[in-house]
Amino acid sequence: MKNKYDMLIVGGGPAGAIAARTAAEAGNSVCLIEKRPAIGTPIRCAEGISKDILEEFVKPDRRWISADIERARIIAPNGTTVRLEQNELGNAVGYILDRKVFDRELVWQAAEAGADVLVKTRATAPIMKNGAVQGAKVVSVGTPAEIRADVVLAADGTEAQFARWAGLDTTVPLREMMSCIQYLLTDIDIDPISIDFYLGNDVAPEGYLWIFPKGERSANVGIGISGRKSRDGSRAKDYLDRFIAKNFPSGKTIEAIVGGVPVCQPLPCTVADGLMVVGDAARVVDPLTGGGIGSAMFTGRLAARVASECVSAGDCSKDALMRYDTEWRASRMGASLKRNYKIKEFFITLDDKKLNTLADSIASVNLAEFSVSALVRELIKRNPKMLFELKALKDALT
Amino acid sequence: MLTINRDKCGYCGTCVAVCPEDALELIDAYLSLERECIACGICARACPLGALEVVHEE
Repeated sequence: MKNKYDMLIVGGGPAGAIAARTAAEAGNSVCLIEKRPAIGTPIRCAEGISKDILEEFVKPDRRWISADIERARIIAPNGTTVRLEQNELGNAVGYILDRKVFDRELVWQAAEAGADVLVKTRATAPIMKNGAVQGAKVVSVGTPAEIRADVVLAADGTEAQFARWAGLDTTVPLREMMSCIQYLLTDIDIDPISIDFYLGNDVAPEGYLWIFPKGERSANVGIGISGRKSRDGSRAKDYLDRFIAKNFPSGKTIEAIVGGVPVCQPLPCTVADGLMVVGDAARVVDPLTGGGIGSAMFTGRLAARVASECVSAGDCSKDALMRYDTEWRASRMGASLKRNYKIKEFFITLDDKKLNTLADSIASVNLAEFSVSALVRELIKRNPKMLFELKALKDALT
Repeated sequence: MLTINRDKCGYCGTCVAVCPEDALELIDAYLSLERECIACGICARACPLGALEVVHEE
């Protein structure tokens, strides 16, 4: 470890790793720190990602792909199942990753590109000078140290404390924090090529319950419920345990993880003097699906590219770094976060009866395209009686 | 005051992100109350496992 780098990256998840790889490949001196003793563990993720997004950042490798997904099923409270099938055009659905191996691969690539990697090293405070971030105070395996850098990338995930310490408010409102738990269940009967989403106010209030296959007879079975619906006796764990007792009574849990998924809007500004915020810490999780890996890698790469130019130009002020903020908002990812936030806000208002009506209306439809907008367009088309209520949904698409 | 049941805690940091006072911190696999807590109970609500509890002293 040196005590001065071009870039310091706080957090060794997909956002931090892709940022470190990108920045190191561009010739910068880079240090990535991870507070946990091992990259990739414990996971806090359902591990799903769409194929096209993944392939934009890394070549798929069987070593870290647990399952190849060809269909999705949405199960309404009354049991009506909406099927979305991968079509002949190769409109690919996605993969379920093995994040423990995947995350290591990404950090490995960053290290090979020249980045320094420090594990069991946590940031305790930003080093500030005249209001600008100039590095971080860290504790590395118990030893305090200072790492200076022209730019710090906060890639510290849900907790997002680094940006908060530097003056950005990253607090997630309780109602927009999904309180989640997931078991890796084995020895269960599943459709190993389908991701299943169970909806309903008795199943997963303001959230959903998922079954993401990890193999022929094992799956990530998890749930996220809104923080405001979570209380003693009706926590995420209570809902999930009830579902599993009913549906997979003989399943064996070989891993149990918990986590919080922020489904709020992104931070109002993701840069400050000497600081860029990426991934979950920037609150760029898809608010509808809760998926965060894709936007983490996207923002990580973009931030590293912009930072790289700013470091070369010798100007890492907020104004100079602002290009990162402007560009991700203007990107397809930025637009889709905005749209899906509105769709999410609409769906959480629906009672079970309306969810059933909507599911029934499209249960027999073969969608030509596997996408959120195709699904929403179909819902609008087939529910003329709910036109007034669906206005919010319609507006989300424009 | 806030009590942390370490046997229940899953070290996920959900509580850290919702705390309006930035009082909690997840240090590796150890949740710690690092700064002053206002006993608002938001973290206790968000916890997927019910590991946090605000206990009102008499």
